[in-house]
Amino acid sequence: MFLSETYRKIAADGIWNNNIVFGQNLALCPLLAVTGTATNGLGMGLATLVVIIASNGLISVTRHLIPSEIRIPIFVLLIAALVTLVDILMNAWAHELYKVLGLFIALIVTNCALLGRAEAFASKQPVRHALWDGLMMGLGFLIVLVALGAAREISASGTLFANASVLLGESFRFLEVTVIPNYKGFLLMALPPGGFIMLAFLIVGKRLIDQKLAERKVSVTVLTPVIAEEES
Amino acid sequence: MKFDPATIERLKEKIAVYREFLKNWLEPSNLAQLRPKLEFQTGVLAGFALIASVLLGVTNCSTEGTIQRRLDEDLKKSLEEVVPAALYDNDMLQDTLNIPSAEYNIGANETTVYIAKKSGQVSAVCFKFTAPDGYSGAINMIMGIDRDGNILGVRVLSHKETPGLGDKIEVAKSDWILKFVGRSLDNLAPAKWAVKKDGGEFDQFAGATITPRKSVQAIYRGLQLFKAHQEQLINP
Repeated sequence: MFLSETYRKIAADGIWNNNIVFGQNLALCPLLAVTGTATNGLGMGLATLVVIIASNGLISVTRHLIPSEIRIPIFVLLIAALVTLVDILMNAWAHELYKVLGLFIALIVTNCALLGRAEAFASKQPVRHALWDGLMMGLGFLIVLVALGAAREISASGTLFANASVLLGESFRFLEVTVIPNYKGFLLMALPPGGFIMLAFLIVGKRLIDQKLAERKVSVTVLTPVIAEEES
Repeated sequence: MKFDPATIERLKEKIAVYREFLKNWLEPSNLAQLRPKLEFQTGVLAGFALIASVLLGVTNCSTEGTIQRRLDEDLKKSLEEVVPAALYDNDMLQDTLNIPSAEYNIGANETTVYIAKKSGQVSAVCFKFTAPDGYSGAINMIMGIDRDGNILGVRVLSHKETPGLGDKIEVAKSDWILKFVGRSLDNLAPAKWAVKKDGGEFDQFAGATITPRKSVQAIYRGLQLFKAHQEQLINP
């Protein structure tokens, strides 16, 4: 493997073990608000990914300057300023994209996962680890957003990635699929309660997989006890 | 302008001293000593706030013009969408008329009407209006009307309706809004300016009735505004 142990652990934490939604149960507000369709989930995921990498990097660079007594107001200040900057710059220089993603950018301020990563990771780690953590946490969040959006969209309206071409451009029209033709629709899944219900199913699914993995690990541990040490 | 070599040498030394000082000051061990001090904490918080506000201020000022241009382009594009190109040969952004609209409940107390002219004669008008009572906030729309009061086109400019439900008022998501083309106060009775659930002419969406209902009502009020000022608008 070309990645060292530390980077691999950060990646595994971000995407699976300590995933923002599945592991930390954070960021549920933007998660449930936008995952009516897979396309919206993707848009929110991409916007969050950019901002969480930038905020992690910024906080890690300045971590020695920040006294622990006033770290929270400084983190909030940095994240809010960053989100506003991205919002303004995108409005000016990527206006077409902004018209689609603009709604999501402002919502990132409500994402406590950014503050969570700043507090739990970026403020204690060197810059390259913090950037990598931002990328992996952002990717993990993006995957959950798209998965939840897709599950809700399919069960609510029978389509997948509807209007993806509006978000990503004409060349991505191939993503738009009608999964269940002549589907009557199941409105509940598109409404907020549907978000909670589907999220619960996804979390149960993740726990089941974890359980299976743990069982397998136990049987391996009997043979080579050293491996058990890795799990901290 | 020429500098005395000795002066330059002195300046270089000064800079080196400052750099050395800054480097030592930024050492993690030095900062660790400073961090518990109250005056350091105050300074850091103020410093971060200052940098953030300067950065935001500069960005805002330097992009204001660009954003305004983009918005003008957007407006021009929306005008072109609701008024067919064959109907005008003037620059509608420059040819405007302000009319009072407070009593029509379409968002603004005064509405700017963009006037389309062909060979100097008014062929159509176009204005922005708002349904202030959408399901989750205002729905901003634009409408083109020909000189006889028939709708040439309506588009939603911005809204905060539920994604996947109420956003079918956008032309990119559904062709609902195209059903208004050709309608006027003369060819559709007042009671029919409503969604089907209310006994009207226009479809509601599955799971979203309020959004289309309020949109239809706002379009109706927009037409009333045009009718009240029709003489003034088409005979400037």
